[in-house]
Amino acid sequence: MERKIALRVDDKDNVATVFANEVRDGDTLELRDKKGGCEDVTVTGDVPYGHKIAAQAIEKGEKIVKYGEVIGVATTDIRRGEYVHVHNLDALRGRGDL
Amino acid sequence: MGTSFYGYKRPDGKYGARNLVAVIPSVICATDVAQGIVHQVQGTVGYFHHQGCCQLPIDLKRVTDTLISLGKGPNVAGVLIVSLGCEGTDVERLQKEIADSGKPVEILRIQELGGTSRAIQAGIDLAQKLVLETSGLQREEADISNVIMSIKCGASDTTSGMASNCVIGYVADKLVDLGATVIFGETTEFLGGEHILARRAVGGEGGFVGRKIYEIVDRMEKRAKAIGEDMRGGQPTPGNIAGGLSSIEEKSLGAIVKSGHRPIQGVLEYPDFVTDQKGLWIKDAPGREPEILTGMAASGAQLMMFSTGRGAPQGFPSMPVIKICGNPNTYERMQHDMDLNAGRIITGEKTIEEVGEEAFALLLKVLNGQMTKNEAIHYFATMDIYCLGPVI
Repeated sequence: MERKIALRVDDKDNVATVFANEVRDGDTLELRDKKGGCEDVTVTGDVPYGHKIAAQAIEKGEKIVKYGEVIGVATTDIRRGEYVHVHNLDALRGRGDL
Repeated sequence: MGTSFYGYKRPDGKYGARNLVAVIPSVICATDVAQGIVHQVQGTVGYFHHQGCCQLPIDLKRVTDTLISLGKGPNVAGVLIVSLGCEGTDVERLQKEIADSGKPVEILRIQELGGTSRAIQAGIDLAQKLVLETSGLQREEADISNVIMSIKCGASDTTSGMASNCVIGYVADKLVDLGATVIFGETTEFLGGEHILARRAVGGEGGFVGRKIYEIVDRMEKRAKAIGEDMRGGQPTPGNIAGGLSSIEEKSLGAIVKSGHRPIQGVLEYPDFVTDQKGLWIKDAPGREPEILTGMAASGAQLMMFSTGRGAPQGFPSMPVIKICGNPNTYERMQHDMDLNAGRIITGEKTIEEVGEEAFALLLKVLNGQMTKNEAIHYFATMDIYCLGPVI
């Protein structure tokens, strides 16, 4: 069976990118880091290929980190495994669709 | 000696990974003659650009400076300049400054020689002489610190930022730690991430290099604004958001990650050749392949590591381009253009570090003479010179 992976590329990252098709609410993914370390995570929400989930719980107002750098701030409390995108992440430097 | 490779030592002390005679048309109007020469003479490559006449003085200087830097490149053993006779490029300076690096330089002038066919004939004889003069040179062992690697991403997709760019970032850090030089560019990709790069600059965000990073982004945006376009508004695009990018920072970081994590030593202007200061550098070049490949070769890079997801096939006349493909499906479909499959990272078969080590091993092989896939099939004509102003 094809592995369903969510990848974190920096140890500081609190989100991971999903590389699996048709991930649905309640599915289990392999959460991997750059050294190949692996743990299971249960997804909240339907997550398209290439989109992000929280790798750990993130509180409202907390910075969201990917590539070891801040990509935005959480607008709500986000659970581990929850879908993270423009509905719960605010860019600090402007966003194109607003 | 620690890690080393075998290269061609040049009179200026640099080491080439290739040993080529470059045929350089000084202007687009000399390109057909240059092509005739390159077609006939083995061991030559041509820089078939489209500039050098009817441009503003600032651009004519830029064209001259860029061609000089290309001629000084470590993969070039000798140079034949093909001049028309009435171009705007400064041909005398072109000839002198390349010759000052100690390489053999010949020149022919089409109008003086009596036209196209005579110039091609004379050029074949001159290029043949240069090839015979330089092709017997043997490779010598050189420390890895002599390497100048350029990096780029193109035809990107969701996998690029998470797989192939991370692999290149790993190699970039490793090379810098070994005392070598790495150069990245694509100023347009810095939008939204310039503060992160500026913080990595030697001297910090407010230092000379940090301020220069803001400056090159600002002047690029101003050039777009001068013709009525705002590059920052509308980022990330609706298509980016549909693809999973949530902010302009995230989009920018996906490209920046290929530069690794080391401090940025300085910013090179587009025609500039590297300085003696090793480490990680930025070249102010746009993302489009012909212009950035030329700008990177003009930096003195012996090779480029190029990340792609959808499958970019480009090469350059005198600089091998190693394709690192982040998308496993693209690699399967285009494996005769792609040199390394980083898609195994997103399928969970390999880690970034494992593929990073494979990429570093491949880099050494290519430095030692192994051809990249684009070289082997002669896909290497991607070049042009990035100019600023209108043509006249």
